[in-house]
Amino acid sequence: MTSTTLANPSAARVAQRGNVWGRRFLIAAAWLIFTLFLLLPLYVVVNEALKQGLGTFFTSILEPDALSALKLTLIAVGISVPLNVVFGVAAAWCVSKYDFKGKSLLVTLIDLPFSVSPVIAGLIYVLMFGAQGWFGPWLQDHDIQIVFAVPGIVLATIFVTVPFVARELIPLMQEQGTQEEEAARLLGANGWQMFWHVTLPNIKWGLIYGVVLCTARAMGEFGAVSVVSGHIRGMTNTLPLHVEILYNEYNHVAAFSVASLLLALAIFILLLKQWSESRINRLKASAAEE
Amino acid sequence: MSFRRFALATLTAALTSASIIGSAAAATELLNVSYDPTRELYVEYNAAFNRYWQAQGHESVTVKQSHGGSGKQARSVIDGLRADVVTLALAGDIDELYRVGKLIPEDWQKRLPDASTPYTSTIVFLVRKGNPKGIKDWDDLVKPGVEVITPNPKTSGGARWNFLAAWAYAQQKYGSEEQAKEFVGKLYKQVPVLDTGARGSTITFVNNKIGDVLLAWENEAFLALKEEGGDNLQIIAPSLSILAEPPVAVVDKNVERKGTREVAEAYLKYLYSEEGQRIAAKNFYRPRNQTVAAEFAKQFPALKLTTIDGDFGGWKTAQPKFFSDGGIFDQIYQAH
Repeated sequence: MTSTTLANPSAARVAQRGNVWGRRFLIAAAWLIFTLFLLLPLYVVVNEALKQGLGTFFTSILEPDALSALKLTLIAVGISVPLNVVFGVAAAWCVSKYDFKGKSLLVTLIDLPFSVSPVIAGLIYVLMFGAQGWFGPWLQDHDIQIVFAVPGIVLATIFVTVPFVARELIPLMQEQGTQEEEAARLLGANGWQMFWHVTLPNIKWGLIYGVVLCTARAMGEFGAVSVVSGHIRGMTNTLPLHVEILYNEYNHVAAFSVASLLLALAIFILLLKQWSESRINRLKASAAEE
Repeated sequence: MSFRRFALATLTAALTSASIIGSAAAATELLNVSYDPTRELYVEYNAAFNRYWQAQGHESVTVKQSHGGSGKQARSVIDGLRADVVTLALAGDIDELYRVGKLIPEDWQKRLPDASTPYTSTIVFLVRKGNPKGIKDWDDLVKPGVEVITPNPKTSGGARWNFLAAWAYAQQKYGSEEQAKEFVGKLYKQVPVLDTGARGSTITFVNNKIGDVLLAWENEAFLALKEEGGDNLQIIAPSLSILAEPPVAVVDKNVERKGTREVAEAYLKYLYSEEGQRIAAKNFYRPRNQTVAAEFAKQFPALKLTTIDGDFGGWKTAQPKFFSDGGIFDQIYQAH
C-alpha cells in the first residue's frame, strides 16, 4: 500500500479527493467506536475510583492487602519477563539462524499459549504439582509448595507470556539473515562477542517491544493465575484477583481504585511500547535508505 | 539509558524480587478456607479470636482468608491448598476431604457440637422493592417471564441448598419424586445466569440488575439489604425452606505438618462461645446458642424448615443422587 502511494503520488491524490466524504465517515466511525468501547470504560473506571475523593483512593491502594497484591504482581512480572527474554532470544536465534529437523514444530509450540485457554494453562499446573497430581506426593514429602503459592503463580504467568518475545524477534531476525554474524565470525569473534556486539544491537528495539508486550500481559493475567492462586488475601492475590475480590465485597470504590492503579501501570507500559515502536520504524526507514 | 544498562537493571530487578520470596515472615498464621458469603463474618470473628487468644497468654495469630464457591474451595484444599481449617457451605464438601484426599478422618463431623455446625442459615428469596412480579412462594418462580438467579450447584454450596429447598417444596406439594423433578427442571429453565458462587449471583442480581428473584442464603440476603441500604430490595420468606447447615473442620494433615493443631482447634471451638455466636448472629447467621438466639430472635423470620438428614438421608446420600456426574441435576440441566 505505502509503496504504491509513494510510487504514484498523483493517482493517490485523485483517489483521496474522490472519497473525501467516505474518508471522513470512516474516521468519524473509528473515533466513535474507539470512544464507546475504550475511552468511556476508562473514564468510568477512573470516575468510580475518585467518587469518594482522593483520600479514599489512596487509602484503598495503600491498604496492606492491596500492597501485597501489587508486590506479588511485580514479583510475577520480575521473574517471568526476564526468563521469557532469555527463552525468547534463544528460541528466535535457533529458528532464524539455523536449519534443523522439527523447526516448524518448535515454532508451532511457541504459539501454543496463544491458543490454549488460560484456565487450561492453570489446570495443567494443578494436575502436575497439586496434591493429587503427578509430582504431588514427592513435593509434599519434601515440603515444597508450588500451586496455591507464589511459584505456581509465577509458572502460570510464564506459560501465558512465552510467545511474546520470541514472536516479536523471529520475523525481525529472519529478515536480517546471517550475513553480519558470518562476517563477525570471519573477523575472529567468539560466539558471545558475536551475540553481544552484532546480534543484540540489531534486535534491541524489537526485543524491548516484545518485553513491553510481555510485561503488560504478565501484569494483567487473570484466568490462569486465578486457577493456581487459592485466593488467600494478603498472600496469593495478584492485582487483577484483588480487584475481583474487592468488587465482590461491595467495595466498589476500592475495586476501581486498584483497577485504576493497574490501568496506570498499563498506560505507562503502552507509552514505552509506542516509544520503542517509533524507534523500530526509524531504524527500518534508515535501513531502507541505505 | 544504554541497552546494556537496561539489560543489567532488568536482571537485578529479577534477582531482588526472587530474594523477597525467600524471606517470608514466620509468625503464627492460620489459613481459613471458606465459602463465598462468609467474608464479612470471618473478618470480624478473626479479630475477636485474636483478642481472645492473646488474652489466654498466647502470641498473636493472623488468620488468612480464602473465599469462593464451596465445592471449588474443597477441590483446592484436596489439590494442596494448605488450609488449617475449612468452614464450608455443607457437610458433603468436607466429606470429599476424607473421600478423595484422606486429609481428615471419616467421623470428622462428630468432633464438635451440633454436628460441627456452629451456626445455621436457610434459603430465602430476594426480590426488587415492591415485589413487582408478585413472588410469594416457590410456585411463583416457574411462572412465565420470571427470571431466577441462583449459582451452579456443581460448584456452589448455597446453590445445592437452593436446589434441595425447591425439591422439598415440590415433593411435599405434588407428592411424587417425578413431579418434583419436573418442577425443579422448570425452575432451572428460568435461570439466565449460573454463577460459580453465591456472591457472584448476588452481584449479578443486585449490582448488574439481572433477574427478578435471587435464591439466596438468608445471611447473604440480609447483607445485600444492609449494603444497598434496603431501598431497592426486599426479602420474601417462602412457605417452606431448608435448614442450611454449614459445618467446620480442622484439616488434620495440614495442621500436623504446620504444627498449628492447638490454635486451629481453639479457633473453631471459640465459634461456639457467646462472643462467637453473637458475631455470627450480627452477620445474619442463625446462632446455635439458645441465649444468643433469643437475643436475636426478632431478626430472623419464623420459617417451616426441612432438614438434609430428615428428608434427604444426609449429604452422603443426597450428594451422589442429585449432584454427581449424571445425577438428577445433570439430567435436568442437560434436558434444556
